[in-house]
Amino acid sequence: MGQSKGRFGEHGGQYIPETLMNAVIELEEAYNHFKDDPEFNRELTELFNEYAGRPSRLYYAEKMTKDLGGAKIYLKREDLNHTGAHKINNALGQALLAKKMGKTRLIAETGAGQHGVATATAAALLGMECVVFMGEEDTIRQALNVYRMRLLGATVIPVKTGTATLKDAVSEAMREWTNRIADTHYCLGSVMGPHPFPTIVRDFQAVISKEMKQQILEKEGRLPDAVLACVGGGSNAIGSFYHFIEDKEVQLIGCEAAGRGIDTYETAATIATGRVGIFHGMKSYFCQDEYGQIAPVYSISAGLDYPGIGPEHAWLNDIGRAQYVAVTDDEAVNAFEYMSRMEGIIPAIESSHAVAHALKLAPQMSPDQIMVITISGRGDKDCAAIARYRGEDIHE
Amino acid sequence: MSRIAEAFAKGKAFIPFITCGDPDLETTKAVVRAAVENGADLVELGIPFSDPTAEGPVIQGANLRALAGGVTTDKIFDMVKELREDVTVPMVFMTYANVVFSYGTERFCQKCREVGIDGMILPDVPFEEKEDFDPICKKYGLDLISLIAPTSENRIAMIAKEATGFIYIVSSLGVTGVRSEITTDIGKLVSMVKASAKVPCAVGFGISTPEQAAAMAAHADGAIVGSAIIRLLEKHKTEAAGPVGEYVRSMKDAIRDL
Repeated sequence: MGQSKGRFGEHGGQYIPETLMNAVIELEEAYNHFKDDPEFNRELTELFNEYAGRPSRLYYAEKMTKDLGGAKIYLKREDLNHTGAHKINNALGQALLAKKMGKTRLIAETGAGQHGVATATAAALLGMECVVFMGEEDTIRQALNVYRMRLLGATVIPVKTGTATLKDAVSEAMREWTNRIADTHYCLGSVMGPHPFPTIVRDFQAVISKEMKQQILEKEGRLPDAVLACVGGGSNAIGSFYHFIEDKEVQLIGCEAAGRGIDTYETAATIATGRVGIFHGMKSYFCQDEYGQIAPVYSISAGLDYPGIGPEHAWLNDIGRAQYVAVTDDEAVNAFEYMSRMEGIIPAIESSHAVAHALKLAPQMSPDQIMVITISGRGDKDCAAIARYRGEDIHE
Repeated sequence: MSRIAEAFAKGKAFIPFITCGDPDLETTKAVVRAAVENGADLVELGIPFSDPTAEGPVIQGANLRALAGGVTTDKIFDMVKELREDVTVPMVFMTYANVVFSYGTERFCQKCREVGIDGMILPDVPFEEKEDFDPICKKYGLDLISLIAPTSENRIAMIAKEATGFIYIVSSLGVTGVRSEITTDIGKLVSMVKASAKVPCAVGFGISTPEQAAAMAAHADGAIVGSAIIRLLEKHKTEAAGPVGEYVRSMKDAIRDL
């Protein structure tokens, strides 16, 4: 069978309406031109370093290491980036690219609100109009981020269709893009959707593993034994894995959201419970019923509450290069609290899924082994929701 | 001559779209029969999908109502088999890639042939991805209908040359839904399509009035109407067959003598 562009094994592709085909072709051509353009890269690096605060720290979590009594634990502090998450890497990259392409308007989907905030920030900085689609359910769970986006000059459109969460926000952003293409770039927030998005977003996020590799070599003189990151669509995870894919001795572990458990319907663990399908422009794993209807997934984390996974992760899973584990709401909330008390770092509830798996894995590893956990974002946005989860009625 | 070719051989074709199972399959059957009795030349049957990304709010609503009512791909195959006993016009499925892929593309196409489906429209399968579906469709004598949009430009010849059955020309940017005005230069778009196509073309997206249908069919070989019919179903529910029949007659009358 002939394979179209943008494939990772059987996954990926461009399953989108004809109306959008020239837009993604134009995007691919522009990206192929600018990705090797020294001026573009100089501008992007300057934005990363001077504006977003890169490189992010690789921090030795000494107390946590001692407490768990196993592997030496480092935290890749994407939570210290401007806007508080890794999402800014991709938003700045795509916004700059869109501006070079002559686009004046950015649209984006957002789950937890982090990508929406990052896109609104990039739009404000580069003088572009910005519209963010966000599931109505998520606008309630993440009210503070809605306010931040508005403060930054973006319009936030609550999406009421379907389950009113991230997948519906993606669908609505795609619908809006088919409606207005000429001046508009769809700033997709994760390594998903039609080609070239999974590649573009991966490349902009790969700065995480590029820095991580350099930093761990400086600190330890060797590569880590394991790299852990949370996975929804999978952008911080692919960013964390990318420069280690060829280093077979580095174990790559993606932590999916199991919600209330992978044996329940209230889960968003795609690799654990999904099967291959075609949705949102790509072939990959999706949570779906026997007739291919997309499942209404659930996770406490709005950012991981998505029924699919990026095609490159699907492929890394298929070839056994990366391992994907499922982490429940309860485990993630425990890890959220643990990290806060132990290291004085409040991780995003998304990132807490990776921390939760580290709590299980690190004690099984030996003290001469090294683990890096990507803290993809900070958890300030989650405090009210976690308090409510614990039965405290706090409102922002 | 295939049933689809025959449908276009009799003059300008009127093509209604109906979401299967909205609000139930008995109503769908009655509505299809009413549409055919009143002049529908080809019927587009929607298999509902949970997340129909090419649809506007009206057809999204129909998809959700149908799924909530418990309709499944297998129940729709059974319904088509029953309809095929008396309906002679071509029927094509309009659904999303995952509905077909998840059923097993081969198994899906085999079932289509068994029950008398003539082709399928998959709005999230562009030219570049048709290799997943087209060879299997051909094996079972089904036409995978190609779509061409106002943004297709330099892609038109490539798509039109390989098109089978008929070509679905998308009238406007955006998703499906009733539009007060269609601003695309349809005459120009149709003539570009016809320069390369061996099959007829029909225009859809945004058409609701007899005047709009006539304006589109003046250039193209047919007009496709979805949301305006779904609105009648939304309003009249299980009693929709009468109103849909009347509506189809008014639309067919508007394009009949062009």
